[in-house]
Amino acid sequence: MTRFLKNLGFLAALLLAALQVTLSPQSASAWEPNRPIQFIVPAGTGGGADQMARVIQGIVSKHGLAKQPIVVVNKGGGAGAEGFLEIQGARANPHMIVISLSNLFTTPLATGVPFNWKNLTPVKMLALDEFVLWVHAESGINTVADFIEKSKAGRLKMGGTGSRQEDQIVTVAIEKATGAQMTYIPFRGGGEVATQLVGRHVDATVNNPIEAVGHWRSGALKPLCVFDKERLKPVEKITATQSWADIPTCKEQGLDVEYLMLRGILMPPGVSPQQVQFYVDLLKRVAETPEWRDLVVQGAFNTTTMAGKDYADWLEREEERHRALMKDAGFLHTQ
Amino acid sequence: MSSQTGGEGRAIKSFWIEISFALFLAALGGVAIIDSLRLGAGWAADGPKAGFFPFWIGLCLSAAALTVLVQTLVKRSDAVFAQTHELKLVGAIALPTALFVAVIPFVGIYGAGALMIAGFLRKLGRYSWLFSAGAAVVLMAGFFIVFEFWFLVPMPKGPLETALGF
Amino acid sequence: MTADLASLLLGFQVAFQPSNLLFMLIGLVLGIIIGVLPGLGGANGIAILLPLTFAMSPVSAIIMLSCIYWGALFGGAITSILFNIPGEPWSVATTFDGYPMAREGKAAEALTAAFIGSFVGALFAIIMITLLAPLVAKLALQFGPPEFFAVMFLAFAAFVGLGGGSPVKTLAAMMIGFLLAAVGLDTVTGQLRMTFGSVELMRGFDFLVVVIGLFGLSEIFLSVEEGLSFKGGRAAIRLKVVFETFKTFLSHWALAIRSCIIGCFMGITPAGATPASFMSYAIAKRSSPDGDTFGKGNIKGVIAPETAAHAAGTSALLPMLALGIPGSPTAAVLLGGLMMWGLQPGPMLFVEQKDFVWGLIASMYIGNVVGLILVIACVPWFAAILRIPFALIASLIIVVCAIGAFSVKNAYGDIVTMFVFGVVGYVMKKLQYPLAPMVLAVVLGDRTEQAFRQSLLISQGDLSIFWSRPLVASIMAVGFFVLLWPLFQKMMKRPELKPQQG
Repeated sequence: MTRFLKNLGFLAALLLAALQVTLSPQSASAWEPNRPIQFIVPAGTGGGADQMARVIQGIVSKHGLAKQPIVVVNKGGGAGAEGFLEIQGARANPHMIVISLSNLFTTPLATGVPFNWKNLTPVKMLALDEFVLWVHAESGINTVADFIEKSKAGRLKMGGTGSRQEDQIVTVAIEKATGAQMTYIPFRGGGEVATQLVGRHVDATVNNPIEAVGHWRSGALKPLCVFDKERLKPVEKITATQSWADIPTCKEQGLDVEYLMLRGILMPPGVSPQQVQFYVDLLKRVAETPEWRDLVVQGAFNTTTMAGKDYADWLEREEERHRALMKDAGFLHTQ
Repeated sequence: MSSQTGGEGRAIKSFWIEISFALFLAALGGVAIIDSLRLGAGWAADGPKAGFFPFWIGLCLSAAALTVLVQTLVKRSDAVFAQTHELKLVGAIALPTALFVAVIPFVGIYGAGALMIAGFLRKLGRYSWLFSAGAAVVLMAGFFIVFEFWFLVPMPKGPLETALGF
Repeated sequence: MTADLASLLLGFQVAFQPSNLLFMLIGLVLGIIIGVLPGLGGANGIAILLPLTFAMSPVSAIIMLSCIYWGALFGGAITSILFNIPGEPWSVATTFDGYPMAREGKAAEALTAAFIGSFVGALFAIIMITLLAPLVAKLALQFGPPEFFAVMFLAFAAFVGLGGGSPVKTLAAMMIGFLLAAVGLDTVTGQLRMTFGSVELMRGFDFLVVVIGLFGLSEIFLSVEEGLSFKGGRAAIRLKVVFETFKTFLSHWALAIRSCIIGCFMGITPAGATPASFMSYAIAKRSSPDGDTFGKGNIKGVIAPETAAHAAGTSALLPMLALGIPGSPTAAVLLGGLMMWGLQPGPMLFVEQKDFVWGLIASMYIGNVVGLILVIACVPWFAAILRIPFALIASLIIVVCAIGAFSVKNAYGDIVTMFVFGVVGYVMKKLQYPLAPMVLAVVLGDRTEQAFRQSLLISQGDLSIFWSRPLVASIMAVGFFVLLWPLFQKMMKRPELKPQQG
């Protein structure tokens, strides 16, 4: 019983401490969070968005960038619909942010889930993820021209992550640009896709750089081109002879397809501008840390960032583009 | 793990429960079949469509459930589901659990848990109210610390936690 | 090879640094806690703690995280045996015999057997990694969708026809499992199946939520029928029991080795620990002369799945390191960690980061030994949990079940689902529907269907893809052999199979 009373005393002390935290005076001018920040990941653990969210969480706690901890919560059900619906429903809750990937657009379009990014508050674009066309090193395909020729000769098997999502959209865009027919085979995650290519169970993939870089360096895979307007920035040698910057763009190789994937932050509807500003500043400070810079170089991310109206306009354009791409591919939700 | 006959109370026969459960499963299979037909339950040029497997699974389930139904009707066995006093004991656990689950959205998992533990200790364990309530609060506070502070896993919370700033 | 051995010695030096030993211990203790709490599995646990490790050196961090992994593997067995609640998917098969043992008052034996089995399985896999890493990585690359489907087929083949009881009810139970697995988003076409516009259903039925209700909660309902107490709590628990179990374990060495081999095979293929544990259990039951006592508290039914699960869980780390493909969700999170510390998982890791790789492998050896000593020493305490007054322990289990169900996907709806399955599980057990086939179907159904359809996409609808290549053909052949084996056996002699309780 004495032990029990002791525990009770400890609890009381703890509650008091908690109360003190809440009651401590805050600077009057700027808004600051006064409880833990929920960071929603509309995907499962271990994927690209999850990794980025956890890096941000780690950076914030390591450098003490916020007074309250960030708590990462995975809500990946229904291709992310679950997480987006939750944040859409958390009106005016300033302690909730979501990291988005292309499923911000593709999930509502493909499944008809009643959700739209316009109901959320855009905070900041962190980066854009690149897509690279990969083939096996011993496939005999050396250039985009070889690839197109081969794909016209017979159905190539394209591996990708998920169905009616970014990888398949890029595949359909390639089909349209070349007039070739391909077979798209969906897998669960980028790592698995890259390995299937190494094992030659598929003929090509459009993996993100970070998913395939290890196999490139070991000499198993070969990048043909990058689906961006310009070449990638990092000039450090990745293999003995090549750097990311040495990969040509698909367009300069005669394959006119461009696709980038959003890695950005949004908030629930109805939050105040001061609250949004807090997260914009927080993320700005995150982007200045060496850990973030490492991540950006390793993943060869496109480092375009935007906030405010620019970001909202960009989202608007992207949604239209996705709608058009998915309509052509027949991926739009019907019924 | 069939229940023994005898003991106090009335025996409840499996018969009707068996039949209801079989009908429930058959209906479940039916629902799967209907939804699969919507998706397309056929075999396309490149393999089965999305509804192919759920369709056959639903069909097998319905068939199996109806077979169980027929078997039960034919056999008319006297198998006992449970004794009434046994069901009372099960109810003594299951109903508070249902209540616990039902109040989580309103008072949070910690509050609901504390209420249930206190109730169990008092009603089933016959401890004093003071001890029951104290133990419940301490235990749930322990869970609170483990999940909210150590592991940073947010659980459903209620007005009490909100008032404390979580 | 000698160069590798030298690297391993170097690795031991790294792992034996006092600070690393401390991280190891912290990791193990945290891992056991995580493993005990259902829902908060190894993958979640590591994901949660990952950000805390960014400040450490990569070697210390991975040592601590992999020790969390070991700890969770050990811890998963505890609730399975004591309360019939599998903390991790691969502990489900452990409940089949571990829980009946605990009810007979043999909790300490069951726990000890499970822990030793885990240790032996993990050790076997580590030795294999040390000696055969490059070879094994090559084998893993051979696995495309058809091969994956073949492995799943093998797992089902081993399990089908195992439980006695009514064949119609077995079929119905399995179909319920498959149906539950199919709810939600179809990975192959991106269509929603059987969701009827409900977001709750869109999330699908997570296997752990179903199992926590079906096994854990329903078991409480079932056990209170016999009065408000738990059976088995009054048995004497002495350390002597632990040593005796050691001896018993040694007498089952052949079983242990076979389970190790099954586990390693399934771990290298991307199938992972869960099918490995089911398959190993099934094969042990079939090949034992006393197979009919499985499910009623046979110690072999604890050794087989635990050994295989750990052999698989450990060898699953190898494809991760060598190829960058995670063999399990936990490995997937660890993979993210590697990138954070500036390490690129993949074939180059073994070449460029020798310290790291061999430090990790060395820490696997030490972490497992330390983990075994830790859990074995605690067996009497774990078993003593059963002596806590019923009113307290029952309510605590219910709370833990609810927390577990919630934390799988952070959804309140899953708590309701868990409760519903608790009631359904109770009714099904009373009506003699076997639960094991249902659970197997929930766990593997989705991935099996996916692999089947991926294969047919590759072959453009041609079924011959399942026997056209040597690897897939041989696995399928083994699968058919295992499937038809009971028929051969029946033709030889006719042993009476008793209804088996899941």
